[in-house]
Amino acid sequence: MNWLTNFVLPKIRAVVAKKDVPDNLWHKCPNCGQMLFHRDLEASLFVCGSCGHHLRLAPERRLSMLFDDGRYDAIELPKTVLDPLKFRDRKRYTERLKEAQARTGTGRDALVVAHGTVAGLPTVIAVFDFDFMGGSMGIAVGEGLLAAARLAVLQEAALLVVPASGGARMQEGILSLMQMSRTTLAVEMVKEKGLPYLVLLSDPTTGGVSASFAMLGDITLAEPGAVIGFTGARVIEETIREKLPEGFQRAEYLLDHGMVDMVVPRRELRDTLARLLGLLRRPAPPAQVVALRG
Amino acid sequence: MRHFLDFEKPLAELEGKIEELRHLSNGGDINIADEVARLEAKVDRLLRQTYAKLSPWQKVQLARHPDRPHGSDYIRELIAEFTPLAGDRSFGEDRAILGGIGRFRGRSVVVLAHEKGTDTETRLKHNFGMAKPEGYRKARRLMALAERFGLPLLTFVDTPGAYPGIDAEARGQAEAIARSIEACLQLTVPMIATIIGEGGSGGALALATGNRVLMMEHSVYSVISPEACASIIWRTAENAQDAAEALKLTAQDLLKLGVIDGIVPEPLGGAHRERQPAVAAAGEAIEAALRPLVALDGPSLRQQRREKFLAMGSRGL
Ligand SMILES: [Zn+2]
Repeated sequence: MNWLTNFVLPKIRAVVAKKDVPDNLWHKCPNCGQMLFHRDLEASLFVCGSCGHHLRLAPERRLSMLFDDGRYDAIELPKTVLDPLKFRDRKRYTERLKEAQARTGTGRDALVVAHGTVAGLPTVIAVFDFDFMGGSMGIAVGEGLLAAARLAVLQEAALLVVPASGGARMQEGILSLMQMSRTTLAVEMVKEKGLPYLVLLSDPTTGGVSASFAMLGDITLAEPGAVIGFTGARVIEETIREKLPEGFQRAEYLLDHGMVDMVVPRRELRDTLARLLGLLRRPAPPAQVVALRG
Repeated sequence: MRHFLDFEKPLAELEGKIEELRHLSNGGDINIADEVARLEAKVDRLLRQTYAKLSPWQKVQLARHPDRPHGSDYIRELIAEFTPLAGDRSFGEDRAILGGIGRFRGRSVVVLAHEKGTDTETRLKHNFGMAKPEGYRKARRLMALAERFGLPLLTFVDTPGAYPGIDAEARGQAEAIARSIEACLQLTVPMIATIIGEGGSGGALALATGNRVLMMEHSVYSVISPEACASIIWRTAENAQDAAEALKLTAQDLLKLGVIDGIVPEPLGGAHRERQPAVAAAGEAIEAALRPLVALDGPSLRQQRREKFLAMGSRGL
């Protein structure tokens, strides 16, 4: 049980999100095209002040937004087989992995797992990194989610998973498909211990990721405007040769169709999460104040 | 009408000639009989040569061969007293997945099987084997039935994938598949999945998270179709052959990867040439896989399935 030692001696990575971007940088809103000042975006939790679009978040930023005081410990995830199929298309898969790692500037794959507290309650949060090969799920991600589940069980913590993923990691072939069963197993480990398993669907959550752990939450939250669905919209359009309805596969569409519990704006997210965890994990009424007689 | 794949065409020509000669002679002419025997030997040789070195792309074509036995054929041949059961009890009946109860070698079992259909009419009826959420929800309902009565679950997987459509998404395709996988993992009865043709991605996995997963010799099982993979990575579906190579989707590769537990040998030339013996071979393999499992108790069965999937991915090719 090598990964256990990793939990006992967690590598303390980020504590509070580091300032890696100069304040005067501009971003363009991918939805409305508005130029947004970096400092303003940070203050608005990366929600466009002009159209309300929720921009994608780097995992560290997401984690510091959710944990109490922005403090958490990221754990080192188990090492897994690289390139099990010796997959090669126009490029070797190992090269694609190296490029992705160079771009994110970390040695990791598409998942970050951290523990800390939310509303004072022990919580494990696993966040996908969409910048790493589209957040695709291969063995490393599957193993990471299993580690997150084991950590939650070990710490008697709630587990929150925040997917941002196009689906399975094609370059790992059938082994990426098997992660759907394996991550479902991870969810089961948490649930059978009576611990809460929550999901925050962020943009995008599609393919094999949506059709496994992401749709199995005790409670499922979604970020406004997030694309959530099994088959990609383009594939559906090409198959049925029909125009897709307005807002198809957006978080609000899923809410209307009974597939998620609520769509939560980012500024209300932490409070909502804290309230839900409090309700689930502190079910007893607060101790009554009884006047002393005598 | 029989169908022939491109690489089967030389065989088809020879077999056509044999047919003609037989017709001419009515068995009387000794010279013709010699010629028939000579051609038959040639067919046999050609079959052996071709099938000894099938490419992954040829396997894909075989797995999709329209004359290959389908789910309903396996049910008809292997399951006695088969009684179809319908509906998901919340929206509808999905004929892409057949379900029901019957006897396999005398033992009551629950059966789930994809059915692709064999002609235009039945293909439409069964939606080409592409299930919608109601199909996976029916599957889950029948898994619960198996669980309640302690009956083993046998599944026969043959689907291009889950149906890609607006209605399927609106009714929660992703959730329906996820719940079906979850239901497989929670079973305390034996579950044996057999990939009989095309194991297409999540739509296949939803019925294939079993204690034992078997594959017919010329079936394929993949995270994505070679065509779709090629159009994403090579940006054109024309590289489907390359994608089929790269994806390692044959039964032989999957056995090496530890994803499946066994391969069911098919008659020379593939299941579509000799359907009944192919299905019978699957029956033998299923019986052999099932026998040790029925001796295990519920928690052990669940634990065995769990450990099998946990161990996956620890080794590559
Ligand atoms: Zn905007």
